[in-house]
Amino acid sequence: MNIRHAKTFLLGALALCFFVSLFSNQINSYWLFIAYDIGINIILAVSLNLINGYTGQFSLGHAGFMAVGAYTAAVITNQFGELNPFLSIAVFLGALLAGGLLAALAGLLVGIPTLRLRGDYLAIVTLGFGEIIRVMFQNMQSVGGARGLSVMHGWTNFFWAFGFAAVTVYVVTALVHSTYGRGFIAVRDDEVAASAMGISTTRYKVTAFVVGAFFAGIAGGLYAHSKQFITPGGFGFMQSIAIVVMVILGGMGNTIGVIIAAILLTLLPEFLRPVAEYRMIIYSLLLIILMLTRPQGLFSLRKSPSK
Amino acid sequence: MTEFLQQLINGLALGSILALIALGYTMVYGILRFINFAHGDIFMLGAFAGFYLAPKVATIFPMPSIGGGLAVMGISMAICAVIGIVIEKLAYRPLRRSPKLTVLITAIGVSLLIEYTCQNDHVFGAAPKSFPAIFPIHHITQLGGLSLNSNQIIVFAVTLILLLALRFIVLKTKIGMAMRALSFNPEAAALMGINTDVVISFTFGLGSALAAAAGILFAVNYPAIDPLMGILPGLKAFVAAVLGGIGNLPGAALGGIIIGVTETLVAGYISSTYRDAIAFGILILILLIKPSGLLGKKEIEKV
Amino acid sequence: MSALLQLDKATIRFGGLTAVSELNLEIGRNELVGLIGPNGAGKTTAFNLITGVYQPTSGEIIFDGQSLVGSKPHQIAKRGIARTFQNIRLFDSMSAFDNVRTAARLHCPRGVRNALWRGRAFRDGEKEIADEVMELLEIFQLGKFRDSFAKSLSYGDQRRLEIVRALATKPKLLLLDEPAAGMNASEKTELMRLIQFIKDKFQISVLLVEHDMQVVMGICERIAVLDYGVKIAEGKPEEIRANPKVIEAYLGD
Repeated sequence: MNIRHAKTFLLGALALCFFVSLFSNQINSYWLFIAYDIGINIILAVSLNLINGYTGQFSLGHAGFMAVGAYTAAVITNQFGELNPFLSIAVFLGALLAGGLLAALAGLLVGIPTLRLRGDYLAIVTLGFGEIIRVMFQNMQSVGGARGLSVMHGWTNFFWAFGFAAVTVYVVTALVHSTYGRGFIAVRDDEVAASAMGISTTRYKVTAFVVGAFFAGIAGGLYAHSKQFITPGGFGFMQSIAIVVMVILGGMGNTIGVIIAAILLTLLPEFLRPVAEYRMIIYSLLLIILMLTRPQGLFSLRKSPSK
Repeated sequence: MTEFLQQLINGLALGSILALIALGYTMVYGILRFINFAHGDIFMLGAFAGFYLAPKVATIFPMPSIGGGLAVMGISMAICAVIGIVIEKLAYRPLRRSPKLTVLITAIGVSLLIEYTCQNDHVFGAAPKSFPAIFPIHHITQLGGLSLNSNQIIVFAVTLILLLALRFIVLKTKIGMAMRALSFNPEAAALMGINTDVVISFTFGLGSALAAAAGILFAVNYPAIDPLMGILPGLKAFVAAVLGGIGNLPGAALGGIIIGVTETLVAGYISSTYRDAIAFGILILILLIKPSGLLGKKEIEKV
Repeated sequence: MSALLQLDKATIRFGGLTAVSELNLEIGRNELVGLIGPNGAGKTTAFNLITGVYQPTSGEIIFDGQSLVGSKPHQIAKRGIARTFQNIRLFDSMSAFDNVRTAARLHCPRGVRNALWRGRAFRDGEKEIADEVMELLEIFQLGKFRDSFAKSLSYGDQRRLEIVRALATKPKLLLLDEPAAGMNASEKTELMRLIQFIKDKFQISVLLVEHDMQVVMGICERIAVLDYGVKIAEGKPEEIRANPKVIEAYLGD
């Protein structure tokens, strides 16, 4: 992947998003909200791809980080959103970043104990952490507990959703496509050899978790301000699996593939609307068939080495 | 004190059920180094099998009765054994040489497929159903107000019998020996003339039968059954298997008991809202302190 | 002259089995030392002790004046010990270039911020590393494989690549674990020349574990012999060749 002009690309993307969002009242609001979902899912999938795809740490608890970000951002905007209409952008951005940072902290707390675990164990433990986070929010009456939390300001728009998506893609790509970033892949390919070559596997794994969790938190905040209602149940195992499927479908460690997969899987429920009753059955069947026939993902081209 | 003992008995009953499920996890992991995510759903299928079988069996045996109940359980176990074997053959066997992650995801897919299919109105429907009484119910009051009902006694009795039967199979039969050989060294086992496919199928069948029994025992004590009932017990049973030392049979049983008792006591004395998180908490603790489990051996990676 | 690496009664026990017992071994600067012994003698275990994969149960390991005990493998790599593995452990999903590049990072670590900002400093740093990596690859005639999957190289080339990768960490001591395994006669001769070349050009010490006597006797200045975790002999190749205890260890199993 040639990213010599990555920064220009990022700025261009942000400008484009800003432009589009100015005209978003011309767009059918139903599809607009689906577009927001796409942006959010891109952030989730690309951030998880850093942990699962590039670093090889199979995390099944990504929705937990999303939850932390969602609740944090929601609480902040609910509290401070009324202060000053001119400051609303700053409050929103601040809330999102706060959500991201707290989620990153959660990522740190999850990443450290899981350092010595491999494969299946890691998956189960991260699943467990995700569930613990969910149960915690379920029992937190101050944010609505199981009944959920209303988010007063639906501030998510095209610019925020896709702007952050662009930032996420930039950060993850820039990190990985550097000599520093080879470390992530080395950890995935062979931890023993990696540490023999001076790579601190601990540092890379934790970094992957923290960065991945940060963006999941941002995605959570954006999600909260799009749906305007969040419940702990929405951030459980199923949600984590949904994100994992995007990463697998896209090909672990293949950012473009993962982005396409995120778009496809967000739109899939729309295509399956006529058979909505059987949607999840088809979904799980597809997953099994995918694993049996093309586990490297739909878009993985293993003809050339990881770039 | 009686309160404590009462909770202890409840915990032991729950723990026995978890133990039966955990055994299935640990057997499969011992042989294939693979976590069968769909195992918890077999537990659910066992309960539902019992649900639909009960009225049919009632035409032969008088119900509720010990004989009738056991017949329902036995047939459920057989059905689920077959289901387990079929799943292995269709979804896991083709991936035996694939990376572990691929099979894990496939297992998740199978689990979701079972759950969603069963939730469909054309199958079981998502709404909970009421499991019929297949065993006769008596309340037995012990000393000082301790109450033990017959369903709990059945849980203990059946679990004990199944554990002994499993022990017999694993230690005293040829196929049991083959299972143990496979868990130590699959290549060597194959070279010794052991038909690995048959042994693996048998293991899945055996584990599934135990899970089905657990499902029936669970449904007898907590009669509301629904297609998603296997998720939490499945996860907790997995934790139990890890706690005891994954791949270790007595460990799985021990782990099940510990989790069942701990969860019940915590729910009773501290807070019931965090009940489901207990198992995960124990999981994280054990993986931090002694990842090989209470009875497990440390596996050293050859560099 | 102080030794570069010194093992002082290094011992490691796994449960009831003592894999390496009170091993005393010294490697001086710019020395080529061989470590031989029958299968299971503890040679790779000794390597794992030195590189921090295992921690000694007792005894001391001192490198360049500092103790290695308690240090993790990546820290030991930073101090200047690099290794290859008995079963080749290349980074399979990466190209040959990237395999070496990953190791080259060790001495010019540029952090996260740099990679994200992508300024001049980053670009210059990346170019510097790329040049270094290409230079190394060229020296060992692997330049043409730079963009190929490491896994797609021939067996002999893979072994060479693993050595190149280890060299990219600019080590003072290079540990080679059975580099001649699976090679034919002419490849072995080439390997011997290569190891000699590495020692001379990079002025480093080499500790070589090897089964092939032709290779060991051919290039090692000094040889230590392990049997059941114990050092039973040490000396020049001619002395070792004639040593009755060594002969017995290999034949009298």
